Amino acid sequence: MSWLQYLHPPMLTRRTLRVWQRNRNVFVKTFRVNFLPPLLEPLLYLLSLGYGLGVFVTQINGVSYPRFIAPALLAISIMNAGFFETTYASYVRMYFQKTFDAIIATPLSIEEVITGEILWGATRSVINASIMLPVLIAFGVVDLPISFVIIPFAFLAGFLFASIGMCFTALTPNIDTLNLPTFLFITPMFLFSGTFFPLSILPMPIQVIATAVLPLTHVVKITRMITLSQVTPAILVSLAWIIIVAAVLFVLAVNLMKRRLIV
Amino acid sequence: MGDVIVAEDLEKRFGDFVAVNRVTFSVREGEVFGFLGPNGAGKTTTMRMIQCVSPKTSGRLEVFGMDVNTHPADIKCLIGVVPQETNLDPDFSVHENLMVYSRYFDIPPRTALETIGSLLDFVQLSERRDTSIEKLSGGMKRRLILARALINNPRLLILDEPTVGLDPQARHLIWDRLRALRSRGNTIVLTTHYMEEAAQLCDRIVIMDQGRILELGRPQDLVQKHAGVDIVEADNKPEVLACLGRMGAKYDVAGERVQVFTEKAREVTAALLQECSPIEVVARPAGLEDVFLKLTGRRLKE
Repeated sequence: MSWLQYLHPPMLTRRTLRVWQRNRNVFVKTFRVNFLPPLLEPLLYLLSLGYGLGVFVTQINGVSYPRFIAPALLAISIMNAGFFETTYASYVRMYFQKTFDAIIATPLSIEEVITGEILWGATRSVINASIMLPVLIAFGVVDLPISFVIIPFAFLAGFLFASIGMCFTALTPNIDTLNLPTFLFITPMFLFSGTFFPLSILPMPIQVIATAVLPLTHVVKITRMITLSQVTPAILVSLAWIIIVAAVLFVLAVNLMKRRLIV
Repeated sequence: MGDVIVAEDLEKRFGDFVAVNRVTFSVREGEVFGFLGPNGAGKTTTMRMIQCVSPKTSGRLEVFGMDVNTHPADIKCLIGVVPQETNLDPDFSVHENLMVYSRYFDIPPRTALETIGSLLDFVQLSERRDTSIEKLSGGMKRRLILARALINNPRLLILDEPTVGLDPQARHLIWDRLRALRSRGNTIVLTTHYMEEAAQLCDRIVIMDQGRILELGRPQDLVQKHAGVDIVEADNKPEVLACLGRMGAKYDVAGERVQVFTEKAREVTAALLQECSPIEVVARPAGLEDVFLKLTGRRLKE
């Protein structure tokens, strides 16, 4: 036995969607609260960074600063929605509410529960992107109609971040230690993934590391190519990176959770 | 009648710790089968293996003739579970809890609505339909969990400490509902450490301690076998012990009391009062608690 045992493909049935439906029902119940953050976030960032800092920055690679950061704001929101859904929110359901225990007493398996949670995390990313996009459109900082492609792409990127989040949830000893991946992984990514300044101004080794291991780098690359209508074949490299890493981490997350919960 | 659960040399280890130590039992269709035992006896672990949520280490375990390892989803379709911990969904109301739960069993919404209506009547929660979970009392929560466990009309109902922490009224209401289920032909397996609960409800019981089954049988038979018909208790004083010695009576010392297991309570009581007065003497029918303490010992289980 080795790390390979954590790459067992999960056995899933259609019942997986029942978990997704459960989370959707809760979301709909509390819609007014959930609606605000993705609506306010781009407004605040666009105003402070785009139009505040933007007075000094004016242009990056021939693009106005608000137009430069707009796709990054989408990518960050996609990341946060997926990651925080399967870390803090899933942990609360798993540990405090015992929701997973209640569900696995029914015909659903733990693999289906975890997969349903990750699918829901990806859905949250889609919801966030869909709420943010009209705001960015209203400011005229994203190209149309190509930018609507971001919405289906948000599901893939959200699936990646939700899988990453679920891996941390499977490993964290308690809810406080979930702060570690947040500060050591999410926050650096938020700042150093070509979000608010181009990666190319960083030293080469850091550029290499960011491209190799920081998922947000690839997500920002893609969203920026889309919103600026500058799609090049490089988009395929980033897409492939996201698909492969998402697939591996999804399977890993399910198996790590099985190890944690099946005793 | 067929066997609903068959366990043979069933074992569960957590590392070096043996939680369930090669137990063998079978549960018949339509009976109420109880697991009694002190904390840590292995009751809950056994329940979790039957529910297909905790994999067995070795041995055989079949539910409705299906192996728990190979048919977990099929088995879980046929059973209802009342867990020890209250794990209702706090994000939903009473009715929503049942509705969401019914979806996990792929019950069509229209059927679920009807079933939920009659289940809420059954557990007397119809008026709380739209109440949020946190506003329910402990007894109401347990009743709702019972209703939730019945949502799929299970052939086997598993209850882990169904009445723990409830007041007598709430407990009797649950017992009453379980009797109603039994008379409908449901098979019920429950764990408890309330002797009264076991004596009131169970057709057959096992007494477990430290992962092993110590006894299996009908409650009244076990009482007869291990404790006799009656028990006479008196103060644990040297004079009393001497008296009992002279009478040739068999007795157990239990803390500040001595207990005589006997079929002639009247004679023993009279003899004690005559020969060793003045002392306090109590004669009472033997019960399951006497059997339990005799088999599992009097020291604290911690």
